[in-house]
Amino acid sequence: MKYKDYYAALGVQRDASADEIKKAYRKLAQKHHPDVSREKGAEEKFKEIAEAYQTLKDAEKRAAYDQLGSTYQPGQEFRPPPDWEKQFGEGRFEGGQFSFDDLDLSELFESLSRGRRGQQNRANIPIPGEDYEVTVHLSLEDAYRGTQVDLGLQVPEYDDQGRVRHVPRTIKARIPKGATDGQRLRLRGQGGKAMRGGRDGDLYLNIVLHPHSLFRPSGHDLYFDLPLAPWEAALGATVEVPTLAGAVDLKVPPGTAAGRKLRLGKKGLPRPEGGEGDLYAIIQIVNPTVINERERELFGELARASTFNPRGHFTEVKTHGS
Amino acid sequence: MAPDAPETLWLHAQSQVTIVDLSQCSGLTEERLHELVELGALSPERQDAAQWRFSAECIARVRTAARLSDDLELDTPSLALVLSFLERIANLEEEIRHLHAQLPTPRR
Repeated sequence: MKYKDYYAALGVQRDASADEIKKAYRKLAQKHHPDVSREKGAEEKFKEIAEAYQTLKDAEKRAAYDQLGSTYQPGQEFRPPPDWEKQFGEGRFEGGQFSFDDLDLSELFESLSRGRRGQQNRANIPIPGEDYEVTVHLSLEDAYRGTQVDLGLQVPEYDDQGRVRHVPRTIKARIPKGATDGQRLRLRGQGGKAMRGGRDGDLYLNIVLHPHSLFRPSGHDLYFDLPLAPWEAALGATVEVPTLAGAVDLKVPPGTAAGRKLRLGKKGLPRPEGGEGDLYAIIQIVNPTVINERERELFGELARASTFNPRGHFTEVKTHGS
Repeated sequence: MAPDAPETLWLHAQSQVTIVDLSQCSGLTEERLHELVELGALSPERQDAAQWRFSAECIARVRTAARLSDDLELDTPSLALVLSFLERIANLEEEIRHLHAQLPTPRR
């Protein structure tokens, strides 16, 4: 078993009062709670803090933890004192065969409190399975088509004595069409297994889309930049544009301005309730960076022939005092 | 869950769930959920309490509420306030996503 320094996790002294521990936990929880914080690794950080607090807020568990002593370094392998199991485990870990070796420190203390509820555990009360909540990163293409993902989770598993240990589990989750960035999906009964006839837990997926090289999602609509040559924008053109369903022809009307959005109806992401979002081409007018002599002549001729003033509206601005 | 709740449910505005669903998926009591409705942190689609239906988006909100309530030991009015701020942040992030999607990204 690896030692963890719960006092250091909460940033308190070993002789801190219950009140100091509570305050330290609250302060850190407000900062790192994954529902509030956007910092990277907030969830792991919060888990550490919560694990420390779960043990230190409970006088009995804290006393047990303190008995482990303070000579270990975090991460150091250690064995609890020989009489530890007897003292704290008696009547709780029935069935014998109790080994510290393959337990995590938090699992040990979690077993303690479950053991205390041993009476309840022994009764044939159904225990519902745990819900799992996982963030899933999908490509835009997978969101468009629907996909299946393999989720590798560390899940708690309880035996009949209420002992807990975390075991790796792979869950196959089918994600139907309809996903977009920030959306959530619930898969019933695909969470933790229930005990004694309880309800299996659910699996909640938080969908995050990988950035796409071309398309930018907003809800189920997609946006992309459509570069046009100045003459295509001026004269109009039919251009081939990509969509998630394959290339289509898009008619650009004559005199199309940069920034204008051209809508390709129902070419966005499928919506869960049916139908599809739209795809928008945002016009960009780009100039050739290198032009040959002939092109230069033609631009020159255009400049001389045209009366177009793109900055005509500047004259509407009154200068101060005029 | 309600017997007719589908196996796979997108938590979006077009699906509806009952207060029993919300209580089961969050572990919050129906009484506490009633308080959250009274405080404006949850808005049922129909006003008659006997027939309350909530958007399935509320599932995510009540699960967040349950975690915050347990982990930060918040009372119901504080919880309602935090939820309203979190919703505002989520709406602003949605708005940013929308604006960002429309911003041209010139190729280099």
